[in-house]
Amino acid sequence: MNINSNINREAIGLFHSNSSTIESHSSRLLNQHRAQALELLEQLPSPDVKSEAYRYSLFPAERWMRCQKVFAPITCDISTDDIFRCNLPNLHAHLALTLNGFYYAVDAERLQKLPQGVIVGSLAQAAIEYPDLVAKHYNILAPNVSDSLVAINTALVQDGIFVYIPRNVVMEQPIQIINMLQGVEPQFVQYRNLIVLEENSQAHLLVCNHTLSPAAFVSNAVTEIVAAPNAVLNLVLTQNEHNQATHISHTHIDAQSGARVNTHTLSLHGGFIRNNLRIALSGEGAEANAYGLLLADRQQHIDNATLIEHIVPGCTSHELYKGILDEDATGAFCGSIVVHPNAQRTEAYQNCNNLLLTDTASMNAKPQLEIYADDVRCSHGATVGQLDAEAMFYLRSRGISERQAKLLMMFGFAHDVVQHIGIAPLRERIDELVHKRLNGELNRCHTCPINTVQQ
Amino acid sequence: MIDDQRDIIDEVTEAEYKYGFTSDIDTDVIPSGLSEDVVRLISAKKQEPEWMLEFRLKAYRRWLQMKPPTWAHLKIPEIDFQAISYYAAPRKQAANADGEIDPELKATFDKLGIPLDEQKLLSGGVAVDAVMDSTSVKTTFREHLAELGIIFCSMSEAIREHPDLVRRYLASVVPVGDNFYAALNSAVFSDGSFCYIPKGVRCPMELSTYFRINAANTGQFERTLIVADEGSYVSYLEGCTAPMRDENQLHAAVVEIVVEEQAEVKYSTVQNWYPGDKDGKGGIYNFVTKRAICKGQGSKMSWTQVETGSAITWKYPSCILQGDDSYCEFYSVAVTNHHQQADTGTKMIHLGRNTRSHIISKGISAGLSQNSYRGLVKVMPKATNARNYSQCDSLLLGDRCGAHTFPYLEVANDSAIVEHEATTSKIGEDQIFYCNQRGLSTETAVGLIINGYAKEVLNKLPMEFAVEAQKLLQISLEGSVG
Repeated sequence: MNINSNINREAIGLFHSNSSTIESHSSRLLNQHRAQALELLEQLPSPDVKSEAYRYSLFPAERWMRCQKVFAPITCDISTDDIFRCNLPNLHAHLALTLNGFYYAVDAERLQKLPQGVIVGSLAQAAIEYPDLVAKHYNILAPNVSDSLVAINTALVQDGIFVYIPRNVVMEQPIQIINMLQGVEPQFVQYRNLIVLEENSQAHLLVCNHTLSPAAFVSNAVTEIVAAPNAVLNLVLTQNEHNQATHISHTHIDAQSGARVNTHTLSLHGGFIRNNLRIALSGEGAEANAYGLLLADRQQHIDNATLIEHIVPGCTSHELYKGILDEDATGAFCGSIVVHPNAQRTEAYQNCNNLLLTDTASMNAKPQLEIYADDVRCSHGATVGQLDAEAMFYLRSRGISERQAKLLMMFGFAHDVVQHIGIAPLRERIDELVHKRLNGELNRCHTCPINTVQQ
Repeated sequence: MIDDQRDIIDEVTEAEYKYGFTSDIDTDVIPSGLSEDVVRLISAKKQEPEWMLEFRLKAYRRWLQMKPPTWAHLKIPEIDFQAISYYAAPRKQAANADGEIDPELKATFDKLGIPLDEQKLLSGGVAVDAVMDSTSVKTTFREHLAELGIIFCSMSEAIREHPDLVRRYLASVVPVGDNFYAALNSAVFSDGSFCYIPKGVRCPMELSTYFRINAANTGQFERTLIVADEGSYVSYLEGCTAPMRDENQLHAAVVEIVVEEQAEVKYSTVQNWYPGDKDGKGGIYNFVTKRAICKGQGSKMSWTQVETGSAITWKYPSCILQGDDSYCEFYSVAVTNHHQQADTGTKMIHLGRNTRSHIISKGISAGLSQNSYRGLVKVMPKATNARNYSQCDSLLLGDRCGAHTFPYLEVANDSAIVEHEATTSKIGEDQIFYCNQRGLSTETAVGLIINGYAKEVLNKLPMEFAVEAQKLLQISLEGSVG
């Protein structure tokens, strides 16, 4: 192990030299969890040391070292109009913004109290106003995974988004979280989201990541989601950052009995992306559907790591991840299904299909099944290949140009994932983005001035 | 129903390991412990040339710097490498000038069903190299094979008599520092089989090595090297058993296979080391490195394994597909019962153009056992038109065992097509019902279903082995109704 690049030690040092700043811009509850995380960091392996979990995605330590570490909120001159123009047409979502990891209040109000008792706003603020509610759920799911990047987040994080949906509330309008990164110098940014859906509630959640300036940001996000019995959550993560950005996300979901969780991880653009998704099916009858799409070109690297845990009997999970890799891009899929002892009557299916378009692109897949119960139906499949030659011939024989035929087939390939998005305007928008992306056109929200940064 | 199942399982657990007897053979065992002196002593005992000693010492020094692998899905108790004796040989070893062998040795192999007497075999049978503990006892049919230019002898003899061939190929497929156990083997390997098939020769009989551990507190470290020259063909079998003992014994072998242009090698194993008793006491630790290289254009390699024994299995027969148009297939049935643990699978490294690989793995777990498939398919950037298909199925018999699948697909060429699929399930109640309805007992039905499940692999075995393997499956699993 190279002591010089020990990220864990660096992070511990960062905390100790900035502890008063870190704590003063956060809340008591968040501060209470730091000591334990720091202790954990002493024991866990550093994320830039090759490990099985990060086999195909070694944490880019040198990028991280070059980053500024700022522990105070910054101000920004983005006008709210600009932000709203970035909004999806016809989506009519409740917006919640973060800027470099801190909640960014459009109207100085740090917690939005929506009808029916729904709360959306700053996590640090929520921890002050609703200490019991936040304490009940904060940092409960995340420590279940021995990942030093999660521990670093817990040790250093100051703010993020808090969403609370009370019992029996069905949110018609989606909630859109936009995480923005801005700065002249590269920055290391962390944020923490806590989403709580109480019994029988339903919500659509859309999380977008955007870089507002071309610096080589490194972001490390942890999201904890609790879906109480019979809650329904549709979660869409879209990643549309530039080629220098490094984004590591950790999403931990607890699906209790009868809860249904659908996740979409759409990585359309980014320099180095690693998405960790862990769904624990902890109550009987819980259901998880995890979809993922990655489109990568140039030297981008996109890795999706999923862990679906069937802890109790009678749960169902489906996974479908698709990837299209062009130019020198590298992709990875590390999908794991664990069926715990006694989790009988489990149904778990996983599928991962990938297209390689050039001989310099590469794809690594690691689909895994770990099964400790016998009354199960589990399967996984993984493929890496090219467009079907016969289908190509079919299209060509009908007078469609080779380029058009290829586009059509790739679009169809990606649509398998996109079609499951529950919010219609969003689905159309993503389809449009995918189409543009495959066409080689500007794939980002071109109508939005904050996104037209030169790359 | 549950009680019935328990009864049946109990019955099976009491079934004795057939090969668990010990033979009273006067054995030369060196004191336990490992050091440079021990390596020198082994080399001296085998009257090896200087280069071989150098090879061993180099391996030993590499091994000192290495750590045992921990990535497998196995719970391996710490092994005290100083408590093992690294050399044990029957004192009245091998045949004397008249080809007579120690009757006690002969009796042991007769009891195992491995006749060392050539007359007893039907013509065109199987040539056997019988290895007891650290040394080769007898190799049958040598003269007959020599007429065709085929060299089939023990490794020690090969080092003395065919040094050029051994030096050229030894450690060319599994380098000395490949992994912890391969390095250990390279330092202390005692014997094993050497086989060379000359250009254009089709070996007329199955070649076979039978490994037997007899002495206590020893480990077995054998080394096998098979070279198939251009256009040749050979089918090779490997079998093994060990006595029932309370302590664990280490078996760390290395098998290297070189397949030249248009040659074909078929390697079949029925691994039946002592698996330990029903409480998980004793048994062999089977930590084996097996690798083939399809060196020439159009070469073909075939691995077939039936894994039923060993307390812990750590084994990944693999293949480097270097030659254009080369092909490798891997067929495996791994059965675990009681407290057995297995982490086994394969590695296919595609280097050449138009290379193909095919993987069929069937895992069966029962009792409290853990059975994992671990496989890697790697397509290098230059391997145009590489093709792989893998299928890994697991069958669970009992609610306290585990079945796991850990495939790795690494593809760096856009013309490659790599497919993997895996399923895990238990025997369906509808399947049992269907059989019951037609008058078959549940017992018979399960046997039938398991056999059908493993058929695809068993069919790949040579006749002599297929029968043994089928019986083994029945002994290992009979009655463990899922």
